[in-house]
Amino acid sequence: MAELTAGPARRRPLVVRYPSVLIFLTCLGLFTLGATILSEGFGIGVISTSFVKTLGKTLCLCLVALGMDLVWGYCGILSLGHMAFFGLGGYAIGMWLMYERTRLIVVDSLAAGGLPATPEEISSGIAAQIFGVVGASEFPPVWAVAHSLPLQLAAVVLAPGLLALVFGWLAFRSRVTGVYLSILTQAMTLALSLYLFQNDSGLRGNNGLSGLQNLPGLENTSQAIVSIWFLWGSALALGLGYVLAAWMVSGKFGSVLRGIRDDEARVRFLGYPVEAFKLFVFTVSAVLAGIAGAIYYPQAGIINPAELAPIASIYLAVWVAIGGRGRLYGAVIGAAFVSLLSSWFTGGQAPDLNILEYRIQWVDWWTVLLGLSFVAVTLFAPKGIGGLFDLLAARRNPNRHGQDLGPDHGSLREKEADA
Amino acid sequence: MSKLRWYFVCITTVLLSVFTLPVMAQNADAPIQQLLQNHREIIAKSSRKTIAPAIDALAASGLAQAQTVLTRWQAKEMWRNKETGLFVYGEKAGKELAAFDFADGADLGTFLARDFKQLKPNSGIRGMIGAALVQFQLSGSFTDKMQALDAIERDAEASHLAALTKVLADETDAAVRQRMERLQGLLTIRFGETEEDRIVAIQSFEGDLGVDVRAALNPLLVVTVEAATAPPEGEDIARILTVGSEDLPREAAYDHLVAAGLATPRISRDDKRNALLANISDGSVAGVEVATLDSEAARDLAYAALADQGLVDRVATDSEVDATLAGFTFYERYTGSPAVAVAAAAVLSGIENKVAINQAFDLGLDALSLASIYFLAAIGLAITFGVMRVINMAHGEFIMMGAYTGYVVQQIITDYTLSIIVALPLAFVVTFGAGVAMERLVIRHLYHRPLETLLATFGISIALQQIAKNIFGTQARPLTSPGWLDGSLVFNDIVSISYIRIAIFVMALMFLALFLFVMNRTRLGLEVRAVTQNPRMAASMGINPDKINMLTFGFGSGIAGIAGVAIGLYAKVTSEMGADYIVQSFMTVVVGGVGSIWGTLLGATVVGSLQKAIEWLNPSNTLAAQTYMILFIILFIQFRPRGIIALKGRAAEA
Repeated sequence: MAELTAGPARRRPLVVRYPSVLIFLTCLGLFTLGATILSEGFGIGVISTSFVKTLGKTLCLCLVALGMDLVWGYCGILSLGHMAFFGLGGYAIGMWLMYERTRLIVVDSLAAGGLPATPEEISSGIAAQIFGVVGASEFPPVWAVAHSLPLQLAAVVLAPGLLALVFGWLAFRSRVTGVYLSILTQAMTLALSLYLFQNDSGLRGNNGLSGLQNLPGLENTSQAIVSIWFLWGSALALGLGYVLAAWMVSGKFGSVLRGIRDDEARVRFLGYPVEAFKLFVFTVSAVLAGIAGAIYYPQAGIINPAELAPIASIYLAVWVAIGGRGRLYGAVIGAAFVSLLSSWFTGGQAPDLNILEYRIQWVDWWTVLLGLSFVAVTLFAPKGIGGLFDLLAARRNPNRHGQDLGPDHGSLREKEADA
Repeated sequence: MSKLRWYFVCITTVLLSVFTLPVMAQNADAPIQQLLQNHREIIAKSSRKTIAPAIDALAASGLAQAQTVLTRWQAKEMWRNKETGLFVYGEKAGKELAAFDFADGADLGTFLARDFKQLKPNSGIRGMIGAALVQFQLSGSFTDKMQALDAIERDAEASHLAALTKVLADETDAAVRQRMERLQGLLTIRFGETEEDRIVAIQSFEGDLGVDVRAALNPLLVVTVEAATAPPEGEDIARILTVGSEDLPREAAYDHLVAAGLATPRISRDDKRNALLANISDGSVAGVEVATLDSEAARDLAYAALADQGLVDRVATDSEVDATLAGFTFYERYTGSPAVAVAAAAVLSGIENKVAINQAFDLGLDALSLASIYFLAAIGLAITFGVMRVINMAHGEFIMMGAYTGYVVQQIITDYTLSIIVALPLAFVVTFGAGVAMERLVIRHLYHRPLETLLATFGISIALQQIAKNIFGTQARPLTSPGWLDGSLVFNDIVSISYIRIAIFVMALMFLALFLFVMNRTRLGLEVRAVTQNPRMAASMGINPDKINMLTFGFGSGIAGIAGVAIGLYAKVTSEMGADYIVQSFMTVVVGGVGSIWGTLLGATVVGSLQKAIEWLNPSNTLAAQTYMILFIILFIQFRPRGIIALKGRAAEA
């Protein structure tokens, strides 16, 4: 109550109210610095370039998990299509990377021909190089602005943002909620990935865009250096995204979001435009996902429609759930922990396990373990890894003597809160 | 020694006597031999241009032996005695020839092959002989007739028409006669003597759906593109083309004019570049600095300058191309007879309309069978999601488990019919057990947290999928249907449906009936409905909601298992097959309306027909079909958020 009457003018700074933001930023900074010192490019070379790239990619995944946590953990929208936005961001930046790099190659080869190249020659040369693999030789309309970095960077934000805006507007205005919305978002990413799989989608079908790790004009810079730049870029994006998300969920706006999560109808009756709130959060989180994708794919080097398959988005939900939703650091921890663990297990580095006569090879059995541990987390530790911090801080949910914590079935019940 | 010599003498004598023996036994006066002798010059000359009278005479002779002559002649087994000029047939073995008389097939004995000349008709003549032979075959036994008709269908010739017409009048077997008449009609279309005959034949096939009719008619509509400065007139003009349309792109139109010598050629970008490169001197081309040639316009100017100097050929620029094209009208002219073509076009369009109607009907059948597959996949979901409001993402994996159960049963019981009969209940039992276990262990704890249920069941889904992959491998496993389900029910050349799809359709109907019976007519159904509407009230009435939930969930899962066997028969069994159906299944339930079995039925029909319809509009691309279908469903939910059949009142809030 005191906070409400005090008014915004006397509000204390964000970092003071939420010390976790400061702690997180410090940890992130130390981690990035540490990785740089240990790297091959700038430091003593303890960790390999490919591992630096893995770390950078992990930070991007943390960013998209952050976006997921905003919509799911705070607003109660379980989106099973967030990797569609991630992929769109990747495609947007990938188009420019591929265009520009091919253009440099084409211009070089034409310059050796004796006559200065004409724009038409360059354009058809690039198109033949890029689309030869799908049997086309002309630029599809979707590549209209691929030559311009600023416009493609705008597309990184606009493409996922607009898709989320249109989809969200259609879904929220017809009051699609709960599991229906989840299924619908899953259908959206399935539709998008099926569309991109076609050869005449204009984005090279199932070949996807490749060679993205080679930045145009930086052929002479080694990947060891570039990987560190991207690590810092990823860390910066994650840090800024974290502050933005923390700011969004901190004030009255955040309270309304949580209200929508716990009882949408009640918030609507209080006079809040619930649809607008949901649409705004959904779009912001899609943009975060798009930006994360745009930093992720130059490190991964290749993007293809399989990255947009529904399963990817569901894994995203798994990360957030395991990390602990409804708290920003939970999403980040979950994404980092599970994705790193996953690449450790599936990379064949984990030692085999012998149970009786059967030899468990983790490459085959990791998914089983992940699936079952996910069930276990859902059942026994709904707060996920983030719940450990509650234990440390000795935080408890209020005791409501067996009543629901929220008025809706979707909210936590007292029994769980005590557990 | 002397004995051996005696043998030798004897053998030599016998051999000599045989080889030097004149052709005593051959009847030189037999009518067939006479006939051959009458045409001996042209037969011996063996030229395609002149041979016709001999073959015609043989075919028209009415002699019983004529067929033998033609057959042997075609097979290069006719020989002519160099001395007497008489014709025989025989087979050569080494240097010897075993000869037979054409007249009565009498064995004439063995001769030295060098005394005879083999007649070797070339392929053209053999074809003519073959055509003549058809007439004999057509009046032969039933098998001969059928073979002959098959041969004509495969490779028709003008001569077949006369042969067919000749035998048709005497044919008594109705089926054969019908086939002959049809073939005669088709041959008349192609080879008829007068245009009137052909047009009558064409019109006799009005509305015929046979592929052969369309194959006969289409070549009559072949057109050539022509260009003229004045608008063309005449009935042989098929249509006027617009330059730049899909049928006649601008480049193609201009190339046509160039080929006809009506316009100056254009030059490709690469050729222009090469021409300029070839004429660089002192860093410039025809006085233009090389460095300034960085646009196509500059290159055009330089090229024109080169052309003025006579170093390269003049070419048309883009504006000249446009001007030239504007001066011409392009049209298609029928290459064949225009009257026939017009008649064929009219009949063909009638046929195509009928084909379209039949295709629509066939598409309807396809859609129905797809709908029944979706219904089968979704009906279990309709129970767990629709009745219990529990979202089960592992539903697809239950379908997969059912299919793999069927596969394992087939490994043990090799009789396909028996194995299916065993597999269906076994699949139900296996998935019922899995469903009950899942409900007891996981879902029971999450009844009031639908999003968590979704995620937990999803975790189970990926675990089950991976376990199946580890056990059965990634390759697709076959689930073979019994022999009596092979083949299709064929209505006509266009409409057909395979028996397996009919079986799936019947199965879907049976499940609908079973579901309705269980829900509306049994104690279990009553209790399920009671628990669904109000668990507390049901509990106070003495119903154990825990037990009912468990059984309902098991029932839904069990049906998924049976659906898995059915789907496995129709598609391949893989560990990912469940994931392929899960989204469609949810769409089916959501579109139809949650909580209503009729809604699920309608939803399956809508989703199935829609997918088929979109595939029909864009047949090359099933991926696009799925994309558009999902988009449609997202839009559909805008207008009917609760599906086609929406529950109203209190039930909707349950």
